[in-house]
Amino acid sequence: MKRSWYASPYALWMVLFTVVPLLFVCWYAFTTPSGAFTLDNFSKIAQPMYLLVLWDSLRLALYCTALCLLIGYPTAYFLASRDFSRAQSLVVLIIVPMWMNFLLRTYAMMTLLEDNGVLNTLMRAMGLPGMKMIGTEGAVVLGMVYNYLPFMVLPIYTVLKKMDYSVIEAAQDLGCNPLQVVSRVVLPMSIPGVVSGITMVFMPAVTTFSISRLLSSGMVYLVGDMIEDYFISMNNRNVGSSISLVMLVLIILSIGFLRKVDPDSEGGGLW
Amino acid sequence: MVRTHRAKALKGAYLALVLAFLYIPIVIMIALSFNKSVSRAEWTGFTLDWYAKLFQSKQIMAALRVTLEVAVLATAVSTVIGTLGAIGMQAMNTGMANVLVNMSYLPMTTPDIVTGVSLMLMFVFTKVPMGKWTMLMAHIAFDTPYVLFSVMPKLRQMNPNLYEAALDLGCSPLQALYKVILPEISPGIVTGALLAFTMSLDDFVISYFTSNTDQNLAMIVYSAARRGVEPTMYALSTLMFVAIMALLLAVNRRSGLENI
Amino acid sequence: MKKTVVIALAAVLIVAIGVGVYFATRKPSEDRPAADTELTVYNWFDYIDPEVLNLFTEQTGIKVNYVNFTQNEDMYAKLEAGAGTYDVVFPSEYMIERLIKEDRLEELNLENIPNLANVLDNLRDPSYDPGNAHSVPYMWGTLGILYNTEKVSEPITSWRSLFDEQYKGQVFMMNSLRDTLGLGLKTLGYSMNTRSADELREACDLLVKQKQDGMVAGNFVDETKDKMVAGEAALAVIYSGDALYAMEKNDKLAYVVPEEGSNIWVDGMCIPKGTQHKEAAETFINFMCQPEIAQMNMDYIYYSSPIKQVVENLDEEQAANGALNPPQDVIARCEYYNDISDAMDLYEGIWMEIRMAR
Repeated sequence: MKRSWYASPYALWMVLFTVVPLLFVCWYAFTTPSGAFTLDNFSKIAQPMYLLVLWDSLRLALYCTALCLLIGYPTAYFLASRDFSRAQSLVVLIIVPMWMNFLLRTYAMMTLLEDNGVLNTLMRAMGLPGMKMIGTEGAVVLGMVYNYLPFMVLPIYTVLKKMDYSVIEAAQDLGCNPLQVVSRVVLPMSIPGVVSGITMVFMPAVTTFSISRLLSSGMVYLVGDMIEDYFISMNNRNVGSSISLVMLVLIILSIGFLRKVDPDSEGGGLW
Repeated sequence: MVRTHRAKALKGAYLALVLAFLYIPIVIMIALSFNKSVSRAEWTGFTLDWYAKLFQSKQIMAALRVTLEVAVLATAVSTVIGTLGAIGMQAMNTGMANVLVNMSYLPMTTPDIVTGVSLMLMFVFTKVPMGKWTMLMAHIAFDTPYVLFSVMPKLRQMNPNLYEAALDLGCSPLQALYKVILPEISPGIVTGALLAFTMSLDDFVISYFTSNTDQNLAMIVYSAARRGVEPTMYALSTLMFVAIMALLLAVNRRSGLENI
Repeated sequence: MKKTVVIALAAVLIVAIGVGVYFATRKPSEDRPAADTELTVYNWFDYIDPEVLNLFTEQTGIKVNYVNFTQNEDMYAKLEAGAGTYDVVFPSEYMIERLIKEDRLEELNLENIPNLANVLDNLRDPSYDPGNAHSVPYMWGTLGILYNTEKVSEPITSWRSLFDEQYKGQVFMMNSLRDTLGLGLKTLGYSMNTRSADELREACDLLVKQKQDGMVAGNFVDETKDKMVAGEAALAVIYSGDALYAMEKNDKLAYVVPEEGSNIWVDGMCIPKGTQHKEAAETFINFMCQPEIAQMNMDYIYYSSPIKQVVENLDEEQAANGALNPPQDVIARCEYYNDISDAMDLYEGIWMEIRMAR
């Protein structure tokens, strides 16, 4: 038997529970509610109004991914450095907040950011003017970073942890300053982890819906909210499916480009 | 020496900041679990009533059981098939592997609502009655890619000749898998399992559409929002949090975690 | 050796799926005695006093499995998937009308529900379900404005206040197609159930302008009540049930049903097609209409009950509370939502324009 056969249960499961349901989505995207073939569902979302929503979603997801990388990379790097004897426990601590219910966590975040919330009350108590936080794009990005940060830290950490430290020492001995060590040695070696992290943050972030609704007070309207509106409030699975398909293609294309950046990407990329 | 000490202190401070960012909302949730008022908007005094009410609620207790059952089983299954999937894919030709990797983007990229409704339609179509078993199958499907993406980087980091060397030295493929590959990639597997468990524990939308009568905790919390989320939910979260922390401490004391 | 692994893996997988399907398909054995019947009640969360469910089981021997949905629309989606699973559902009036139209509800045998006579006259024989053939009212209320008396300059009486410059950035609208468009239409003096493209266009322009002028601080459904308790805005569009919750916690809040008129909502009890326990379900519905049971539910949920005896029992303060006990003139200027699912194309574009306005 070839080793590649190990992937067969995985392939089978994915086909059954991901590809087959996706066929339903495709079917809906190309039909009218009565079941006739149509392309109207797609021409509808080509309107500028809809495209702006798509653009906003991609933009905020990019901000979120960039911030997660900016905050998450040093976190993973420090955790993987041998300075902390209990690093593995610290890593678990990073993910434990995600085990609390999402809605409750987001409500707690709202309690923090509201006009009469914890932060503003504190600031006023210290004589500072209050700040408008809830209902802004910033609040949405903050909420997304909060929710997806562990998905960036963990894969980078696992890659860095097994890095050969003698390489770093060698670089130091050869006269690299710490910045050079990171940019010339550590970063290139951690690319696979970074790529995994970006994938796991960016993809779900584009289509997030509850975070935007709750933290923007329903003022920022993203593609996830729109798809939910179409599927549920308007009971229109056809348009909802077509938007979802368009997003799928867009996201996979952008991840494909990302994988191209990855120098030795063997297991990724486009078809 | 002084420099490294200072560097370590700075690193520690940075990590502390990140952890503070992650834990401030959790602290608020814990505080709310002791709030007399049902509303999160006002603090009217300290009480333990919500904890008492929690254990009296048959509905919440049943949901807790469903949540844990599904999350544990889904994590176990998805960790196994995800890890095997990653190992298998590494040995494939690039074209085939690409198809499979792209396939695993699908559940991550598709909005939950679309995944949930389409799975529901599939189950209706195949006349499979929906309950926690269908919920479990759906959870495995969206958990597995997280395992895959955690294991793949470790596999690529591994020296590809190790496996061949093991075979040359007389290992059977299965032995090579157990003795060479798995130990090398185990941090990735643990990470993947953690992420899978996290995703499964907190899923609302997909669970809602793939189960008719069995409800998990997320379903309860979301449906409770309409009438005002009672602090019983915060109490439950607090207890879960305390339990996890206790477990962590216990494991840490025996320092078993350090070796994985 | 290698082959055994593949075979073993395949076997494990097949067994796993098989076991899953087996458990999933296993029905609670069909030939149980009636006393062992279990009703699956599909309702809003915490919308029945748990004690009432215990009493019901005690008195009839019928067990109750209480399952929740979050909104009418997702309940609708699940009814399609769960045919035969649910025995009693609690949709709102416009959803009841739609379910009747699509033939998804059983016709009730009213002989099994004599307590229907306890229901207030003005809620019986409603336009959405003539003769109560498919539904019995459970709770009801209105749509109105909740306002913070300290943040407004005069008592609020009109939907116009939501568009009044002086409350800029102080208004919470509702993230709900029917309610938002409905109040826009009412402000302009049209019916909430209009199918006229011109009237809808006018309402749309009004609501888009409101958003572009920076009047709106947020769009919520569930979160409005807590935000108003916290004093996050001056005015909010709200259901009377949520208003009662908020007013109880903040005495600066007041509720009004605007003079232009509004919506009366009713959450009814229905039996979906495909049930195996129609008679038990009717017994359940009848039980819920008993005055003392309805009283328990009202005390627990604190929404308006449609049962005459409960209304007569209200104390003075409760009776004077317009959110709990809407006076006759308020009821007179309100209307039910009709089902508009067949005109959805018209509504969809308008709603998207409002949502995306910036």
